[in-house]
Amino acid sequence: MNTKKIAVSCLATTMLATLFSGCGGSSSKNEIYFLNFKPECAEVYEKIAADYEKETGVKVKIQTAASGTYEQTLKSEVAKSEAPTIFQVNGPVGYQNWKDYCKDLKDTKLYSYLSDQSLAVTNGDGVYAIPYVVEGYGIIYNDAIMEKYFALPDKAVSISSTEEINNFETLSQVVEDMTKHKEELGIEGVFASTSLSSGEQWRWQTHLANVPFYNEFKDNTAFDNTILAGLDAKEIEFKYNENFKNVFDLYINNSCTEPGMLSSKSVNDSMAEFALGKVAMVQNGNWAWSQIKEIEGNTVAEEDVKYLPIYTGMEGEESQGLCIGTENYFAINNKVSEEKQEMSVAFLEWLFSSDTGKSYVTNELGFIAPFNTFGENEQPSDPLAKEVSSWMQKDVTSVPWTFAAFPSEEFKNKFGDALLEYAQGQKDWNGVVSNVQEAWKTEVAAKSQS
Amino acid sequence: MEKSLKKYFPVFVLPTLIAFTIAFIVPFILGIFLSFTEFTTVTDAKWVGLKNYLRIFEDGDFLNALWFTVRFALVSVISINVFAFLLALLLTRGLKGTNLFRTIFFMPNLIGGIVLGYIWILILNGLLAHWGVTITYDPKYGFWGLVILMNWQLIGYMMIIYIAGIQSVPDSLIEAAKIDGATSGRILRSITIPMVMPSITICMFLTVSNAFKLFDQNLALTAGAPSNKTAMMALDIYTTFYGRVGWEGVGQAKAVLFFIIVAIISLPQVLTTRNKEVES
Repeated sequence: MNTKKIAVSCLATTMLATLFSGCGGSSSKNEIYFLNFKPECAEVYEKIAADYEKETGVKVKIQTAASGTYEQTLKSEVAKSEAPTIFQVNGPVGYQNWKDYCKDLKDTKLYSYLSDQSLAVTNGDGVYAIPYVVEGYGIIYNDAIMEKYFALPDKAVSISSTEEINNFETLSQVVEDMTKHKEELGIEGVFASTSLSSGEQWRWQTHLANVPFYNEFKDNTAFDNTILAGLDAKEIEFKYNENFKNVFDLYINNSCTEPGMLSSKSVNDSMAEFALGKVAMVQNGNWAWSQIKEIEGNTVAEEDVKYLPIYTGMEGEESQGLCIGTENYFAINNKVSEEKQEMSVAFLEWLFSSDTGKSYVTNELGFIAPFNTFGENEQPSDPLAKEVSSWMQKDVTSVPWTFAAFPSEEFKNKFGDALLEYAQGQKDWNGVVSNVQEAWKTEVAAKSQS
Repeated sequence: MEKSLKKYFPVFVLPTLIAFTIAFIVPFILGIFLSFTEFTTVTDAKWVGLKNYLRIFEDGDFLNALWFTVRFALVSVISINVFAFLLALLLTRGLKGTNLFRTIFFMPNLIGGIVLGYIWILILNGLLAHWGVTITYDPKYGFWGLVILMNWQLIGYMMIIYIAGIQSVPDSLIEAAKIDGATSGRILRSITIPMVMPSITICMFLTVSNAFKLFDQNLALTAGAPSNKTAMMALDIYTTFYGRVGWEGVGQAKAVLFFIIVAIISLPQVLTTRNKEVES
């Protein structure tokens, strides 16, 4: 009986022990928690955190949300007792969801570093989110292939370099003629796959859509800013849908992938096709450089990667530049202890003003940082970021990121779903247009309801 | 023995009870409470009454998902059980290599749902590429893709249950029937099937509840594409909760409805299984 007793109590303790062993965990006072939005930067942030801990003794816990899952990760992380102290919102719309959690950053040095303080997300007197990177996107092209094309004896266009393309008409002539010559050029298609699998549609329903919606909201002269005009719009006309269709058709009809197969393609697939030299063009932004660079068997030379603005056939688009803006804003969680809030601000200030931090930002993260702490020579060296900077200097009008005014993720998803059905030939273009108008209306209405 | 069992009863039950409370009862009650509130994170809920339940029916997504799930459950429950039973019959005949085949058929069940989904998306897309389309081209493809996947995964498991049932049929009964001149079809109808009735109820219960709760496979294979037309209920709840800002409460309300529906469907089955157990 005695041995039995011992056995029983042993069993019971083991059970209890296994039950609670998972519950421990470190909760150090000297720890801040940064929930990272950019998976492509995850490794660099780890290095930064290690250096910062060495320098100051403050541990920075970096967690990265998988692509397209930031909102849900943030939602569940914030509810934990060890909540993120630094998180990210995507602009005025994102701020609305998280306004109860954003600390006022008006008196921080970080805010004073901003070279253009109007970029920050404000509400009344307070400053609640601070942009940390300026990005630009357009059509990335591989100049080696383009030069090969312009050297062809039987090309159908009169121009002799890609730089001379300055409107949709020329662009489409060049692209369609390149498709005819794709064997000679050694490519499978002019454009990389129009990735339309779910979660991979943002290059179209957000980025490409930015151009026609920017033009639509620009026509509303009551506002001096297209984002504000967009946020005010209860309904949209999608006035320039033909322009969207122009480019979208060009993308899907001159691609290396059959339209019916697009729903299985991801952004990574498209970037790989570009990096391997299978295609000459791909629509994306400067963040894509790290993806292009890291693909094995990459055949694209650094000096051949260049940008073309997204021309849609608008009048006067010869003076249109790249789409430049940001949807990356840092916010500090005001529900964590005062101490941790201060430490978080200090970390960000260190990152954007100390020499170590700045060198990480320009050289490894490759950010074009909108802070006055960065000198002329402290700009990123990657070719796409350099191209963005040079386009910003050119005598053209950059298109701001008007998509910050899109009412919700659901709107974008419905837009993307309609595009997929259109690409697969199951829906006509009028159907897409009415879906988009309808989605905007219901999503704006749903927003005002909650 | 009886006495010491009574004495140590709390020691054995308490850990499980604590775990059950933490992992099930508390979230369950919290979940029902949250379905009547509006919230961003679970710690800052505002009471809004029945509004969330009314908003469920604002768009057709939930009803579409429900209808899709019902159709899927019907087709897959029938096909899984028929195939599993036939396989079990085949593999209790004492053929050569029976054990090897049983193992092979059971193996898919050991792979996680997400992985299965990704494996099948490759296979199905590879096949459909001949016609220049993919699994998300049409909701029909997604539907049958899911049925195939579910069959592949569950047939082995159900087969094991049926094998156990068939093997427990006493040989004497079958022998007696043979002596009486019964054909093998007659033996199957009048002896084997009635004798494995308990296994059939278990398998029905397992497949129905699995079909209704299917999530991983759905997420990995189609993720609801195109246009949410292949989203089943669990996936619809997930996308409502996580995909739409301001709709967290609605997602929660959908989850409560989902629980009620699944409970209504599986309760009779639990009860009938109980009855059978008492009889035997």
